[in-house]
Amino acid sequence: MPEYEAVIGLEVHVQLKTESKMFTDAPTGFGEPPNSLTNAVVMGLPGTLPVLNKGAIEQAIRFGLVFGSEIPEMFQWDRKNYFYPDSPKNYQLTQLDAPCCMGGEVEIELAGPSRNQMGEHLVIHLDHAHLEEDVGKLTHFTKDSLVDYNRAGTPLLEIVTKPDLHSADQAVALLQSIRMHLTAAGVSDCDMEKGQMRCDANVSVRPKGQKSLNPRTEMKNLNSITGVKNAITYEIKRQTKVYEKGGRVTQETRRWDADAGRTSSMRSKEEAHDYRYFPDPDLLPVHFPRDRIEELAADLPERVFDRQRRYQDTIGLPYTVTSVICYDHELARYFEEGMAEYDANPKALANYVANELQRERSQAEGDGYLPMSQVKLDATALARMVKLIDEGKLTKQLAREVFIDMFATGNEAQAVMDEKGIKVEVQDAGELEQWCREAVAANEVAAQQVRDGNDKAVNSFIGPVMRASKGKANPQQVREVLLKVIHG
Amino acid sequence: MGLDTRTIIDSSAFSLGKALLEKETSSREICQAFLEQVDKVDGDVGAFISIDPEKILQAADASDARRSAGELLSPLDGLPVAIKDLIAIEGEPLTCASQILKDFKSPYTGKVGSELLSAGLIPFGRLNMDEFAMGSSTENSSFKLTRNPWNLEHAPGGSSGGSAASVAARECPWSLGSDTGGSIRQPASFCGVVGLKPTYGRVSRFGLVAFASSLDQIGPVGRCIDDVAVLLDVISGHDPYDSTSWPNQLDAASLSLKVPVEPGTLGLPKEYFGEGIDPEIRKNMEEVIENYRSLGFEIKEISLPHTELAVPTYYIIATAEASSNLSRYDGVRYTHRSDKAKDAVDLFYQSRGEGFGQEVKRRVILGSYVLSSGFYDAYYKRAQQVRTLIRDDFLKAFKEVDAILTPTTPTPAFRIGEKTDDPLSMYLADIFTISVNLAGLPGLAMPSGIATSGLPMGFQLIGQPFEEGRLLQIGQAYEGAHPFTATPELIQ
Amino acid sequence: MLLMQERPEVDIDKLAMLSRIQLTEEEKAAFSGQLSDILGFFQKLQEVDVEGIAPMAHPFDAEAPLREDEAAEPWAPERALSNAPASRENQVIVPKVVEDA
Repeated sequence: MPEYEAVIGLEVHVQLKTESKMFTDAPTGFGEPPNSLTNAVVMGLPGTLPVLNKGAIEQAIRFGLVFGSEIPEMFQWDRKNYFYPDSPKNYQLTQLDAPCCMGGEVEIELAGPSRNQMGEHLVIHLDHAHLEEDVGKLTHFTKDSLVDYNRAGTPLLEIVTKPDLHSADQAVALLQSIRMHLTAAGVSDCDMEKGQMRCDANVSVRPKGQKSLNPRTEMKNLNSITGVKNAITYEIKRQTKVYEKGGRVTQETRRWDADAGRTSSMRSKEEAHDYRYFPDPDLLPVHFPRDRIEELAADLPERVFDRQRRYQDTIGLPYTVTSVICYDHELARYFEEGMAEYDANPKALANYVANELQRERSQAEGDGYLPMSQVKLDATALARMVKLIDEGKLTKQLAREVFIDMFATGNEAQAVMDEKGIKVEVQDAGELEQWCREAVAANEVAAQQVRDGNDKAVNSFIGPVMRASKGKANPQQVREVLLKVIHG
Repeated sequence: MGLDTRTIIDSSAFSLGKALLEKETSSREICQAFLEQVDKVDGDVGAFISIDPEKILQAADASDARRSAGELLSPLDGLPVAIKDLIAIEGEPLTCASQILKDFKSPYTGKVGSELLSAGLIPFGRLNMDEFAMGSSTENSSFKLTRNPWNLEHAPGGSSGGSAASVAARECPWSLGSDTGGSIRQPASFCGVVGLKPTYGRVSRFGLVAFASSLDQIGPVGRCIDDVAVLLDVISGHDPYDSTSWPNQLDAASLSLKVPVEPGTLGLPKEYFGEGIDPEIRKNMEEVIENYRSLGFEIKEISLPHTELAVPTYYIIATAEASSNLSRYDGVRYTHRSDKAKDAVDLFYQSRGEGFGQEVKRRVILGSYVLSSGFYDAYYKRAQQVRTLIRDDFLKAFKEVDAILTPTTPTPAFRIGEKTDDPLSMYLADIFTISVNLAGLPGLAMPSGIATSGLPMGFQLIGQPFEEGRLLQIGQAYEGAHPFTATPELIQ
Repeated sequence: MLLMQERPEVDIDKLAMLSRIQLTEEEKAAFSGQLSDILGFFQKLQEVDVEGIAPMAHPFDAEAPLREDEAAEPWAPERALSNAPASRENQVIVPKVVEDA
């Protein structure tokens, strides 16, 4: 029996982050009362006309710049004609012939052998991405359905990949990479629960080594990461089984039933889908200024994996830390802000961000992590705390407590220390020397190692001395006294 | 103070405006006079779909109060203007003469509507038309017939039949229509009034219910050039809510009429003087040409070689765009809703089946055909390419001539019912007006004589893009020397 | 090829379906004939050499303007639904949506 491989292409719809809608100045939003984000244009009233939102076009261009797409000289708008109650004009404005982004590449990371280890990186190619408008929302009841047009007209970017993916995990990694990059660039919040990111998957299966593609099935509106993963996994298995039994897969649209955990045929009337595309006579083609594109490019944040490589290669941060900081653009920005204040000890700063800060956020009141926008502790204040430690004015042990207070209040480390009466100072020489002698006496083996030239062995005494001083000793001073005591 | 009804309804809007400024009359007196005339003749003419006398008189009183307080919104404040029932004004009906919008009240005001209101002009009733402006006789209105005031057995033309008939019947001083393939000029010609189709992009389409987006323009209908020029200036100008609106500064057309006319060169396209023209129209055209010559104009024969392609090109583009533009009338958000629908999909079929008339159905279906998979390149795209050729013919001609002179229609007004069974022959009634829309040019229809049947005849002047001032000057030269003074028997 | 026919036949049921218009049998019969006539008349265009001719988007050299991304006050739901044939809880009621409209 031959071995089979899956070939997968995704169409990802992403709501662009804008104040107003794609073709009119009604506001965008989520969770507002029904039909409270409309106007004459959104409702498709007779006599209304579209006017392009520059902000939405710029967001689409940012997408293209992030993923290295080609931005054509001219954008053109087409009407896609189909009837549905959630579509106010019964045609959707989209870009058929002249999409705003051609080609492009998305770097993805698959899960590593363990959480602490980097996984394999792949490059997935994009076919194109084009702008269009979202439709309204239908809610179904037993006897009828209700339509809310709040979402109608929201700018939408449809991202179409090449059939470069071969597993459900890769598809999930692609969505995660797109989300990381677009949230970092401020292009979209990509919140699947709010419908800001939706995915259709085209899946086919073929014997390994076969060049041509077998018939594919399309699964629409996979609206969660788990849904994408399970639907694709199911569909690969299903198609493989069909071939193994000598059957044939028909090209069709299938519905993913998350509750039943399976896909089923939608039996669509294929002839119903003649979209009768034509250039929208209400919207002329647009040449977007090249110099503005260059401005947008200059303002983009560093790509996620580029930043991660930089942190690992030039600052020496470990994967466990970079995978926390770099994959979350807010943490990355926070870390960069701290670095701008004090860059002498990136590792310490990164550890505070990836570990302490995250721990405190997770323990804060409310569900999940406290949003970064509500974190009172300023990145520069955290950096100044690290600096105090490095200067020996604060110990790591004491810093633990200080940090918790800073996180809770947003106060400066120095202010917290003053308030709590924490002062790291040169101890009474006699007392300190006494603690050091006791510590050395308790571990003659290590003391001998130090005498033999292994300076690092001195570290094993620092802990006991610090404990003896209740954390108030200056570690720098402790080290000096210890060396003196050991070397006699 | 006070003018009698007869004087008022016989006056041009321009002179009524003057009388208002000189306080010889009031807005209420003017509106009342026209309302009386509507009462008297509209039972026969049928120009209005709806009119709300109370609301009109309230607006007139408000205008008179502004006049007393010295707070006029413009020199036209208080003049009534009748409006084709496809121009959106908040609180007014917007039926497009269709059952599918029969109860629709516009919740917003479009650009032209707001220009009228901010000039203090008073919306004076909603005028009949072919349903969704599809037709050349106003017989496609789903509400009523409009009759030609010159002969009630004849059609007023269309689609702006109500706009032309109401002005001809003295039911309003002037009106607004819309022109997609001749819908202002052909009825103006049939009814012996002046009608202008502005350059595409001069007047905002925001608030104009779309028939064919790349061809539609709102334009004025009046009894003289002055009126048409003044009303054009009210409605012209860039609109950020219409992405096809011309962004550049435009000259006021009415100002061009205050300077002496320089004669120029008029082109006669040989393709417009071939077979199929009624002999009386042909003879009248010869007189018009001779009259222009004697006014000092040079007459030059030109060629617009792609003319014979205009009608098919037009119907492909117009029906394609219409099929998509009319998709929004679906029984869901604001239109007629069928009570026979089994489910949401059926709601579309039934509501549209019940709500649209024959011509609309025919054109929507034709438009679906020319856009459908496999036919787009051969029809719509090719038509837009041919359109480029047609436009280029005109631009080439305008290197030699100031304006182009043609008949407006091949015949005077046809009889009601004469062409209703033969859509193709109805389409050919627009043969002289259609190219102007395809090329986006301004076109002016003027009356120039009466046929033995008693029906008016007229000519068309086609101008250069955005040169409405010059076009109206040339029209006014004719009007000054050969005023059209005949009036329909109905109003004598 | 269909386009070269002098009087192309039309599939009136398919066109009615694409257009979402319920037609009576009489309308179907009448329209089929009329549309074929009209399409026959359109064939004139097939003879024109349009090689290299740009399709016209706008009669004059114009581009779509771009609007700044600023939100204006939206409409109250009552205004948005002021002509709605049926509504409940500020939403438009439609008959049950069966799959794949």
